Amino acid sequence: MQKITVPAKIENLDKVLNFVNKQLSSVDYNMKARLQLELSVEEAYINISKYAYESEVGKVEICCTMEEDPLQIKIRFIDSGIPYNPLENEDPDIYLGTEEKMLGGLGIFLIKKNVNNIGYEYQNGKNILTIQKKLND
Amino acid sequence: MNITKMLDEDRLTIRLTGRLDTNTAPELEEELKKDLPDITDLVLDFDELVYISSAGLRVILSTQKIMKKQGNMVIENVNDLIMEIFEATGFVDILTINN
Repeated sequence: MQKITVPAKIENLDKVLNFVNKQLSSVDYNMKARLQLELSVEEAYINISKYAYESEVGKVEICCTMEEDPLQIKIRFIDSGIPYNPLENEDPDIYLGTEEKMLGGLGIFLIKKNVNNIGYEYQNGKNILTIQKKLND
Repeated sequence: MNITKMLDEDRLTIRLTGRLDTNTAPELEEELKKDLPDITDLVLDFDELVYISSAGLRVILSTQKIMKKQGNMVIENVNDLIMEIFEATGFVDILTINN
């Protein structure tokens, strides 16, 4: 298991993506799966950066575990911001037309569509969001 | 992300290369703010765009809203991954896509 901790700021997104990509460097992944994983990581991380902490800049810890058979990655995002379960809300209504189309909840919706497994728990004052994705489907 | 623009009277073609994500979407938004007022036809060429996230979708949606009032917007050459995102999010129903 590898982990990094960064201040939850939007400008650290590349650092987080580089860290995740580094975990993949010695495995034979499917390129599309990798881009889908990056999308999920971006959406999860940006949501935390934007909403987890109100006034102060808090931290987020990102833990990656690789598994070989099946080839998959498990990533946990841990923050000590406002308790918030992103899985509690309903999916956005994707059938609304241009004018009515709402974008709230789009990030978490995109994560759900691009990973194999997603979970949330609140433990010891921390939000823990876990995503799991197969890499050579 | 690279933005290449071609203007032919009131038709603007914008070709994007790379990724339209949290980092690059604001740049596209700024460029469009400058260019859109005089345009009735907007073509977004995604031939070399490999990735889009919700930040990019937001800019696409707000551009679509503007162009709906003053003309047309078409997105061309969308790759499989981005097409899947458009389908999953319902964007496929509100955008005009030419592949």
